[in-house]
Amino acid sequence: MRVIDVSEITEAIAKLCIEANYNLPDDVYEALKEAYEKEKSPVGKAVLSMILENAELAKQGIAPICQDCGLAVIFMEIGQDVHFTGGSLKEAIYEGVRKGYKEGYLRKSTCHPFTRANVGDNTPPVIHYDIVPGDKVRIVVAPKGGGSENMSMVTMLKPADGLEGVIETVVNRVKEAGGNPCPPIIVGVGVGGTFERSAFLAKKALLRPVGKPNPDVELAKVEKEILERINKLGIGPMGWGGTVTALAVHFEMEPVHIASLPCAININCHVARHKEIII
Amino acid sequence: MSEVIRLTTPLTDEDILKLKAGDNVLITGVIYTGRDAAHKRMIEALEKGEELPFDVKGQVIYYVGPSPARPGRPVGAAGPTTSYRMNPYAPKLIALGLKGMIGKGKMSDEVKECCQKYKAVYFGAVGGCGALLSQRIKKAEVIAYEDLGPEAVRRLEVEDFPVIVVYDAHGGDLEEMGVKQYRVEE
Ligand code: SF4
Repeated sequence: MRVIDVSEITEAIAKLCIEANYNLPDDVYEALKEAYEKEKSPVGKAVLSMILENAELAKQGIAPICQDCGLAVIFMEIGQDVHFTGGSLKEAIYEGVRKGYKEGYLRKSTCHPFTRANVGDNTPPVIHYDIVPGDKVRIVVAPKGGGSENMSMVTMLKPADGLEGVIETVVNRVKEAGGNPCPPIIVGVGVGGTFERSAFLAKKALLRPVGKPNPDVELAKVEKEILERINKLGIGPMGWGGTVTALAVHFEMEPVHIASLPCAININCHVARHKEIII
Repeated sequence: MSEVIRLTTPLTDEDILKLKAGDNVLITGVIYTGRDAAHKRMIEALEKGEELPFDVKGQVIYYVGPSPARPGRPVGAAGPTTSYRMNPYAPKLIALGLKGMIGKGKMSDEVKECCQKYKAVYFGAVGGCGALLSQRIKKAEVIAYEDLGPEAVRRLEVEDFPVIVVYDAHGGDLEEMGVKQYRVEE
């Protein structure tokens, strides 16, 4: 058994919140550079070059990459041989979010659903726990912006709709979203289990390095097909027309109920932030 | 790409009429910020017959909720937010003389029509470029609704703030044109 004081978790989360908001992951940056090379529209190219320059400026610490510093989505993979001491793990995570968003000059974006009064410290984060073998803790912080999250959806298709139905739904969703989610986007598709499991799979799909295909060859083919169809829509960077609307499509699949075909689409903007640490 | 047009606020009808969808524009001067919550309050103020925090005539509203300023900087990251959420409010402000909105994404047909009817323009800024756009903001001051935090109304002094004309006052629509040009029919 390994003992970890929860104060260590607070520090780690605070640091990850700040790093994620100032340093675009290398895989995303490379994908954007490639998009810049590929984009045929001059307006689209200009947008992509601004996006690349912006990433550099944020890295220098002028300001976060985007003013929407996101709702903090946190994935905790906890080794089953770990024992936490020093207080509540959940509270330690919350404290990490408070600290990171304050010390990093990050925008606090959580509010009351109806009065819209800002909570003030960007809590509560969304936390996904997973218990895994071993004595390590892997933490991933993925701040998620509202603009792209608003264009996401879960829908319960009929089994008869099949794979074609899923593909159709994804492409239509991206088409309707247009420039709203700050294209070029990354599209996470989740099909599996129940209503909420699909949504979780779609979110998890966004954590994969950009463009890394699903290890299942058939699913990798589906990802490629959807990506091609999306990039034929002509939406382009910021929706102002172009050949690169999405950088990648990541598809995650699991068995479903015999009566159902749940399909979740989680859209991420080009500011696809995630940082991780293994303790 | 088209020539860059430089504009200084406040904007006149003449400024607006020469703009066409797809034009690259650099804005210099004072602009005001406002998002969902600030717009809601402004419209409520109008309904009660109260004054707005600033006279919208000839002005430009930037749909943005900046992140907190780092020490020594006037403002934090300051890129556009999605504009469709302002659809219910924008027409009333345009009718009062507002000349420009800066945001991202589509707005409603009603907004588009108001741009033609009252001579106004909807500009797009590049979303997710908060650090870069923040550098073009030289001064920022909260002038109303401070309790709204990032959503408070701010008076910004900008220099060469880069935008593109999305809806012009002649019915032009950059998104429509752009998508049509690059769409591949299956
Ligand atoms: S969708 Fe993403 S890039 Fe666009 S404003 Fe929101 S967080 Fe920023």
